[in-house]
Amino acid sequence: MEGGVVLLDFWASMFGMRVRIALAEKEIKYEYSEQDLRNKSDLLLQMNPVHKKIPVLIHNGKPICESLVQVQYIDEVWNDQAPLLPADPYKRATARFWADFVDKKMYDSGSRIWKTKGEEQEAAKKEFIENLKLLEGELGDNLYFGGEGFGYVDVALVPFYCWFYAYEQCGNFSIEAECPKLIAWAKRCMQKESVAKSLADPEKVYEFLLQLKKAYGIE
Amino acid sequence: MEHWVFRHEITYKDKPNVWLQLLNPVLIFGGVRMANEEVVLLSFWACTFAGKVRVALAEKGIEYKSMEQDMVTKGDLLLKMNPVHKKIPVLIHNGKPICESQIILQYIDEIWPHKSPLLPLDPHQRAVARFWADFIDTKICELGKKIWKTKGEEKEATKKEFMESLKLLEGELGDKPYFGGENLGYVDVSLLPFSCWFYAQEKVGDFSIETDCPKLIAWHTRCMEKDSVSRSLPDQQKIYRFVLDLRKLFGVEE
Repeated sequence: MEGGVVLLDFWASMFGMRVRIALAEKEIKYEYSEQDLRNKSDLLLQMNPVHKKIPVLIHNGKPICESLVQVQYIDEVWNDQAPLLPADPYKRATARFWADFVDKKMYDSGSRIWKTKGEEQEAAKKEFIENLKLLEGELGDNLYFGGEGFGYVDVALVPFYCWFYAYEQCGNFSIEAECPKLIAWAKRCMQKESVAKSLADPEKVYEFLLQLKKAYGIE
Repeated sequence: MEHWVFRHEITYKDKPNVWLQLLNPVLIFGGVRMANEEVVLLSFWACTFAGKVRVALAEKGIEYKSMEQDMVTKGDLLLKMNPVHKKIPVLIHNGKPICESQIILQYIDEIWPHKSPLLPLDPHQRAVARFWADFIDTKICELGKKIWKTKGEEKEATKKEFMESLKLLEGELGDKPYFGGENLGYVDVSLLPFSCWFYAQEKVGDFSIETDCPKLIAWHTRCMEKDSVSRSLPDQQKIYRFVLDLRKLFGVEE
């Protein structure tokens, strides 16, 4: 597997989508390799022996794991176009902070919306919306989290947008009603080809989620 | 009750080493901003994440003021500087806060790049360093805590998984003196504070880390010989007493 760029991924993974967006932003040609997560391939196990998870970016035969590590790698190697992290160290630290916030808070509270019911689900919904509101505050009146241009935090967060419909259906609530600015931002991002091509169809994500719920035995 | 929790200010002036002082005018011309900098660290002596930042600042010879925080009754400054997570460490550089230890380390490395660089230059090596730092923050931290928080079968399972994780790190170290190669690097700085808890974990868990990971213990000893490390990190015996207090607090009995 010498030369070139390969992405081991799963179509519905928000983490994989981040990498797809970053590669598309930089116009990098790559081979997309869909992985079976119930029956992990030798290649995946060889390339990510520690966590055995996707996405894995393979560049010139060498693996890079963890989506935010991958996005930073892409930004550093292909630094001639579409910069994702800003040049100023303090702004970079701020961008890394909010991307880390997305990692720590969004996935966990989002998952609890579809994995739980009753009071636990209500608490998860409340936390999820609070987290989105904090992000909305950070966005302010900017077009993107990166300011005028699409950047690192936009890449980290926008994949969750294609899971919003599924969360709303499971939790019986409207994210747009609570966070209109954030939805406006997401729709703005979806006008970019790199994002539109990389995100999964929300209806398909919902169908997938329903299958997951059956598999987990959740009514 | 929480006799180990205290709140006072320590003005902690790292004395830049003589070599750095001699070179200072040259370095200022070269762009290292040492004059008129205000660097404050909101910290807690036993916190592993804060320990990383102390080691990094010491390695780079950066003068800073350390402000020990009350982790039970969080001060106004902490809440103002980290309103999102309300946690330490927080680095305040010329009045602006930077939160999350990995982000602080990278910031320090970018602002003061000339001495003791933490991350390598090569993008793939940087990605590998970030990967292992993330592994330490998630796996080692979580499992390390569970050792003193649990008992019986759950503790045994945790110890096993903890040792497997340490072995993976030992594999990454290989035959190098440091994870960073010939010098301390990003992964060394990330792991060192957690390694100060090894003694406490061994006592509470009744096992020996050195038996299965001798290279890692040798690495820890080697690092602690460096002045920048030993004066930035807490004594292992003190951590052990702290863990015993924590276990009482959390009602963990064997």
